[in-house]
Amino acid sequence: MLELSLHILDVVENALNAGASLIEIELEKDTARDILRLKISDNGSGIPKEMLSRVTDPFYTTRTTRRVGLGLSLLSQAAEQTGGSFKIDSVHGSGTKLVAEFGLSHIDRAPLGDMLGTLMSLIVGRPEVDIMYTQKIGSNEFVLDTREIKDELEGVSLSNPEVIKFLRKNLQEGLAELGSI
Amino acid sequence: MPKLKLDDLKKIKEQVLKDTSLRTGGATAKVTVHMGTCGIASGARQVMDALMDEVSQSDRQDIAVTTSGCIGLCSEEPIVTVELLNEEAIRYHFVDPNKMRQIFKRHILEGEVQDEFVMAKGSEHSN
Repeated sequence: MLELSLHILDVVENALNAGASLIEIELEKDTARDILRLKISDNGSGIPKEMLSRVTDPFYTTRTTRRVGLGLSLLSQAAEQTGGSFKIDSVHGSGTKLVAEFGLSHIDRAPLGDMLGTLMSLIVGRPEVDIMYTQKIGSNEFVLDTREIKDELEGVSLSNPEVIKFLRKNLQEGLAELGSI
Repeated sequence: MPKLKLDDLKKIKEQVLKDTSLRTGGATAKVTVHMGTCGIASGARQVMDALMDEVSQSDRQDIAVTTSGCIGLCSEEPIVTVELLNEEAIRYHFVDPNKMRQIFKRHILEGEVQDEFVMAKGSEHSN
């Protein structure tokens, strides 16, 4: 994948298919340590211990629709090729947490890309799920909690044309104000 | 810290509730963009982006946009399923943002299935 935001979309879609109802995504640009850190945690069904060591094997999948499982192996490869690291912990039945660290200034680090598109796709396309997104640069941060949005909307669809316009405009402004990664 | 302007959402909610009180409400169209790893790598997010853009420019509040996982036909991605009320589901393959805009305008808004992009007709279950 050409963008880190596509990896994020992919991993979160995986988590949603594992039955998660709350996803927390944190992206931190740590210039002092030259690291870009991505943390994603969910409250889905988790991964059994015996399978955890195989999740980054591209030829391992629990799916019956195909025989390869590329999502986590692509993400771990994207992190490791920048001198970074990839760790995943999971408790079967209560969720999964992964941390991927990328060499921030490494020539092979993929750009973050269209994070707005990834967030919009998750918020509008998966309205039944709560998403908390935090993007940190130095001491500044942008926080989005879809539970706040849903509370305000009181049942109005996230696919409503006016809601889509509102979300796109506000997220675009918020991320732009924070600065680029 | 940048923050969402939640007061604006309150206004949208009030307007929508006012509008829907004049109609029977409920979704009459459901559009699903398949977002497995294969779909995402093939451009499904850009397709979703075009779809959301078309919905936001339309005046239709009865269109539900959703995403789902891989259906096992990775070489046909990006795949989009359109379900209109009381009509059979139509599954489109090799969709790109331009095709998505055409499908939205012709099929979803005007009811004309875009045969040249169709992969399958009728309900099929994804695993």
